[in-house]
Amino acid sequence: MRVAVIDSGGANIGSVIYALERLGIDAALTADASEIRQAERVILPGVGAAATAMARLQEHGLVEVIRSLQQPMLGICLGMQLLFDHSDEGDVACLGLLPGRVRKLQGGPGIRVPHMGWNALRKQQESPLLAGVAEGAYAYFVHSFAAPVTVDALATSEHGERFAAVVGRGRCFGAQFHPERSASVGARILRNFIGMELA
Amino acid sequence: MLTRRIIPCLDVREGRVVKGVRFRDHVDMGDIATLAMRYRDEGADELVFYDITASPQGRRVERDWVERVARIIDIPFCVAGGIRSVADARDVLHAGADKVSVNTPALERPALVGELADAFGVQCVVVGIDSLRDEDGEWRVRQYTGDPSRTRALSRRTLDWVCEAQRLGAGEIVLNCMGSDGVRGGYDIEQLRQVRDLCDVPLVASGGAGEAMHFAQVFRQADVDGALAASVFHSGAVPIPALKKQLRQEDIEVRDAG
Repeated sequence: MRVAVIDSGGANIGSVIYALERLGIDAALTADASEIRQAERVILPGVGAAATAMARLQEHGLVEVIRSLQQPMLGICLGMQLLFDHSDEGDVACLGLLPGRVRKLQGGPGIRVPHMGWNALRKQQESPLLAGVAEGAYAYFVHSFAAPVTVDALATSEHGERFAAVVGRGRCFGAQFHPERSASVGARILRNFIGMELA
Repeated sequence: MLTRRIIPCLDVREGRVVKGVRFRDHVDMGDIATLAMRYRDEGADELVFYDITASPQGRRVERDWVERVARIIDIPFCVAGGIRSVADARDVLHAGADKVSVNTPALERPALVGELADAFGVQCVVVGIDSLRDEDGEWRVRQYTGDPSRTRALSRRTLDWVCEAQRLGAGEIVLNCMGSDGVRGGYDIEQLRQVRDLCDVPLVASGGAGEAMHFAQVFRQADVDGALAASVFHSGAVPIPALKKQLRQEDIEVRDAG
């Protein structure tokens, strides 16, 4: 299985590669358009700011490449947020593969932002991506912006407000948390993503 | 609901995990990877590695052990010690760390906190604060605490630094209460409460855990997001699975790693 991890300039991309390594998959970290097009699975990771990440994808001529892919793609954390139309973080247009606008978490008394730590996943829809993941399973989140709960939400989580924790539409998937750092729950989701067949 | 985090802290010196009492007299606790795996298996929510000699010696964290840890564990971890620049932080994050924690270098040059936040986002940037109460009753920060011969008291009040660090871009504060560190008498609830009142980002308590009850107290009384400890975990005095069970019985929400 050829898996491309897009080098979106985020800092801790290494941990995604290692997580795949633990599943026996030798993934390539790349910003090369043809390598990405030829991969059977594409992962868009990302830590950092939306505007910076979009600028980097544009710089490498990857925006159209990512939009036109046919194979399953998984956005992680910021990478998931980039799948949407727009992010309020830097007020930037994103990839537009999923409708919706990414907004800052509001926080409030006892609700600290960034949302940092293990939180429960609430399933919205059945999906092969979440096969074997129990209702209420914990995943590790670190983020200040979040995507809205739309028809594309496969699972939600709550931190003062409900937000999309896992999304899916056609070949496009996203996880707001870090599967690579979410113990056995995260490993299962990555394995599901690698093994899934598109209908 | 967001769960409270249990965070074993591994002090690293020359590639080994060590532990001192009140930051002195370090004893070898074992191999980094072995301990990291043990805590992961026991259900730790996160790990912190402090390279306690990097800052006093003016050198950077050694990248190779960071990479070794990142390869084997599947829970988040933070690396602290000797990160003085965006380039240093990038090295550690690229090696697979999820967060970097800055302490002494941020005191030397507070702008570093903002530079790191701009480069990697606030969620990667932890500001560690070593704090001790002075005779006048004020808590003040300490610098170079990894080496007792070089540890320095600063005039900066801990509460002021907590506010400034957040303004600069800290995404999390780890407050190490030196007065209670290593003596297992419980966390410094009074100090943590005061810091909590001023801290809008996640706050992690450090220093003083001796038994499971201390964790319940610090979560309930100081409303911290995480509790960090070292010796009680290393020695097995507080096994993490039993600790989490007890916290759950007291209606404190923690992750079930089962």
